[in-house]
Amino acid sequence: MCDTTKTPKVATGDRAILPEGARTIPIFVMGKKYEVPETLTIMKAMEFAGFRFLRGAGCRGGICGACPTVYRMAGDYKLHFGLACQTVVEANMYLAQIPFFPANRASFKLEEMEGVAETIHALYPELFRCVACNLCTKACPMDVDVLGYVSAMKQGNIEKAARISFDCIQCGLCASRCMGEIPQYHAAQLARRIFARYIQPQAEHLKNRVMEIEGGKYDPMLDELSGMKKEDLEARYVAREREPDLAAAGTWQPKDTSHL
Amino acid sequence: MKISYYPGCTLKTKAKNLDRAAIASLEALGVEVEEIDRWNCCGAVYSLTADDLIHMVGPVRNLIRAKEQGADKLVTLCSMCYNTLARANQLMREDTVKRDTINRFMDDEIDYAGEVEVVHYLSFLEQEIGWEKLKEAVKAPLSDLKVGTYYGCTLQRPADVGIEPFGSYLLMTGMLEALGATVVPFAAADKCCGSYQVLGAEPVENSAAAAVINIAGGAGIEALATSCPLCEYNLGKQQKQLLAKEKIGAPVPTYYFTQLLALALGLEAEVCHFELNDAASLELLKSKNCLAAA
Repeated sequence: MCDTTKTPKVATGDRAILPEGARTIPIFVMGKKYEVPETLTIMKAMEFAGFRFLRGAGCRGGICGACPTVYRMAGDYKLHFGLACQTVVEANMYLAQIPFFPANRASFKLEEMEGVAETIHALYPELFRCVACNLCTKACPMDVDVLGYVSAMKQGNIEKAARISFDCIQCGLCASRCMGEIPQYHAAQLARRIFARYIQPQAEHLKNRVMEIEGGKYDPMLDELSGMKKEDLEARYVAREREPDLAAAGTWQPKDTSHL
Repeated sequence: MKISYYPGCTLKTKAKNLDRAAIASLEALGVEVEEIDRWNCCGAVYSLTADDLIHMVGPVRNLIRAKEQGADKLVTLCSMCYNTLARANQLMREDTVKRDTINRFMDDEIDYAGEVEVVHYLSFLEQEIGWEKLKEAVKAPLSDLKVGTYYGCTLQRPADVGIEPFGSYLLMTGMLEALGATVVPFAAADKCCGSYQVLGAEPVENSAAAAVINIAGGAGIEALATSCPLCEYNLGKQQKQLLAKEKIGAPVPTYYFTQLLALALGLEAEVCHFELNDAASLELLKSKNCLAAA
C-alpha cells in the first residue's frame, strides 16, 4: 500500500500532488490496493501510486485514445469503461489499462477505390458477423453508438456511419468486447475517409486554395524567405503587419495585398 | 395512416428496387411510411439451434426499437426479415424463460414481451387497404401480364408465423389480380430457390432455381413475382447464366411484387430501379405496355 502520510505535499516532477487535507480512497490496480486522493483522474492516481506511463498515455486531454481503461466496482457485475486521463477515481475501483488491443486494419489506397459500401464490406467482411449484442456500444468511452455505425455500414449508409462514428478516438475498446471479432473502429475510419473523399461535397474555396498551392503560387514567397539572412528575416518578422487582436471578422486587410 | 417500417440491410443495398417501389406505392396509397430509428440486422436467418439465444438478440433489439418508438405494428417486406423478426417475436411471446434470459442480457434496453406485431407488407395491404380499394387506385392495369406468385420458403413457413396457410397464395394473388394481372398457378410457388447454396458452387449448378423457372415457364407464366432478395438473386440475376448453360429452356423475368404494384399505380418507372433487375425484365414490361404510364 502506498503510504500517503509520507508523500511530499509539493509538486515533484511529474508526480501528482496530494492537496492539503485531501481524502484518500482505495483503488485496485492489477489487483493491488493503493490509497489515492479522491480528486485525481485514474491516470494521475496511478502516477500518484508510483506507476510511470511510458506508453499508454498520450494527450491527457481525452482525445488521443491511448489510455482506455476497463474497471469494475467491488461487488458489481457490470464492466465499466473510461479513459484514464478523464475518469475520476472512485473508491473500490478495480482497474486495468488496455492501451492497445489487436485488431486487423485493412490496407487500401483511398484514391484507387470506389466510394461505395461494397468497398467497406469487401475490406471488412467481419462486419457481417455482428449479432447486434451491443457490447461495443456499452464499451465506448466516447458514448459512440458503435452498433449504430456497424449497422449503418451493413445498410450501405456510409454517411450515417461516418457521422455516428465522428467522436471515435480509435481506442479499440469496442473491438476488445466484440464476439464477432470485428475491428469496428478501423472500419469506421474507412467509412469516414470514403465519406470525406467521395460523398461529402467538396468546399470550393478549399479546392481552389489547394490548386493555387499546388500550382506554385506561394513557392516564390517561400523561396524568398528561405534565401534571406537570419537578421533580415528577424527584422521582417518584427516589422510584419499583424491583424489586431479582437478585430471583427472581415474588417481587416493588410496594406500589402500582393501575397493574398 | 402512418406505419412503422423495418426495411432490412439488403433493401438498402442490393435490393433497393424492392424497398423504393414499396415505399412509393404506400405513399401513393396515402400511407405515411416511417422507418424505425436505429435498426440493425434482423438476424438474416432464424437460428434453429435450441440453445442459441445470442442470435435472437438482433431481431429482438429491432422489436424493442419499434416498441420504444411507440409502434404496435412493424411492417416489413423482405421475406427473410419477416420470418426472422416474426419468429423471434413469437419466441418472446411464448417462451417466458428464454424471454427473461434475453431481457436480462439486454439490460441496457427496455424489457420486451412481444408487444409489437410483425406484419408483412402483403398482409398490411390486404388488411389496411383492401383489394377493392387497391383496384380503384390502379392507373395502369397489368392487363396483359401472366404472373406467377413465387412465395419461396419463408413467407408461409412455419405455419404459426406464415402470412397465410401453406399452399395457398391468396395474398399475392389478391394483390396481383387487383392490379389487373392474370395469376397463373404453378407447381413451384413454394419450392426453394437454392438459398445460399449458390455461394459454394458455380451458379449454374444451382438446379433448384432452374427447376422453378422451368416449371413456371412450362405453366405459361411470363413473369414471377417475389418478396425475397435471395429468391430474386437466384431466379432473376442468374438467369442469363442458367440460359447460357441450357439449364433453363427460356427466361422468365423475375420482379419484386412491389415493382409491379408501383407500375400499376402509375408511378414513374424510376422508383422501381429496374437497373437492379435482370435485363430481360424491362424488355418484357415494355412489350406488354406496362411502362406506358411511366
